[in-house]
Amino acid sequence: MRYDSPLAAVGNTPLVCLPRLSPSADVRIWAKLEDRNPTGSVKDRPALHMIEQAEKDGRLTPGCTILEPTSGNTGISLAMAAKLKGYRMVCVMPENTSQERRDLLGMWGAEIISSPAAGGSNTAVRVAKELSAEHPDWVMLYQYGNPDNAGAHYATTGPEILADLPSITHFVAGLGTTGTLMGVGRYLRENKPDVKIVAAEPRYDDLVYGLRNLDEGFVPELYDASVLTTRFSVGSADAVTRTRELLQQEGIFAGVSTGAALHAAIGVGNKAVKAGEPADIAFVVADGGWKYLSTGVYTAATTEEAIETLQGQLWA
Amino acid sequence: MAIEVRIPTILRTYTDGQKAVEGTGDTLAELFADLETRHAGIQARIVDNGELRRFVNVYLNDEDVRFLEGINTKVADGDNVTILPAVAGGMA
Repeated sequence: MRYDSPLAAVGNTPLVCLPRLSPSADVRIWAKLEDRNPTGSVKDRPALHMIEQAEKDGRLTPGCTILEPTSGNTGISLAMAAKLKGYRMVCVMPENTSQERRDLLGMWGAEIISSPAAGGSNTAVRVAKELSAEHPDWVMLYQYGNPDNAGAHYATTGPEILADLPSITHFVAGLGTTGTLMGVGRYLRENKPDVKIVAAEPRYDDLVYGLRNLDEGFVPELYDASVLTTRFSVGSADAVTRTRELLQQEGIFAGVSTGAALHAAIGVGNKAVKAGEPADIAFVVADGGWKYLSTGVYTAATTEEAIETLQGQLWA
Repeated sequence: MAIEVRIPTILRTYTDGQKAVEGTGDTLAELFADLETRHAGIQARIVDNGELRRFVNVYLNDEDVRFLEGINTKVADGDNVTILPAVAGGMA
């Protein structure tokens, strides 16, 4: 494959079957390898699409400053595109996110404003909204409410998956901004009405809930519950266990939120086996494990130790 | 075999501090009624007027029962039920 520039190489990622983790011969699990994007995550798609649409609308003009609340990946994608396109990039990120993410953002020239750990991403969103009000000339693309976030997946991720897997029965992805699920979900529904759209939500332990108990419940503006068929809540222990199984059984080195999506994919797969129905389940590998190496979940001797090391940390 | 029910911190006053208890029943409603016989007071914290309380989430094998059949969702031996206070999260 040949492209005219690095930004043109966003998308067109491989879809691979996971023969060892699939529950049976006719209930198969497929991984959409979004870590193969230029900056290593699925967020390259919405970031580039949001920038390009804002350029088309005239909201983004040369020399502009882009502002975004992000726990990492969207910021990294925006920072890379901003660098190449000549924009200044400011990210608002919870103070308790991993050092790798800060280093990556800095590497592509983004400035980081830390938001308090309490409230996690929700607090980052609030702080970014305040900054946006103080700096009306800054352009906040706002992934949680920007229809071009879901639009990127409607235009690219959805069609790619359906072309590669016309027999798809389930699509599974993490629920954060909800952009992936809304965009791919709508596209698949229009073209394959019986398809099931499954969300995997992170469930933190009591310690992290303690950190987050100042939260007002925050529902992204993009979220439309009617697109979803069902929703799984995946605890840290299951997310870590599946992340390590994916590495050990299929050789795929993915981030911890991918383990959560895989857990939900295996959950719907087991239900299909019980019901005696064949299934082709596609789930999103949102990013590789590189940015989370310092958590110790990959290098711990046992899964029990790995689960222990992640206690109290935000992993998605 | 029975159904394992994971209890959030906020409701552990009803379970002598236990993080998980066991119960039986064919539906979630029956399961919560069964828990009430050993953990008096817990049912009213989960169920209100025959429906799940608004700020309580219940998961059957990690799946949100509001997307299944709510309090009438069928359960069976070996299933795992998790009760959690509702909190929204972020993953971006």
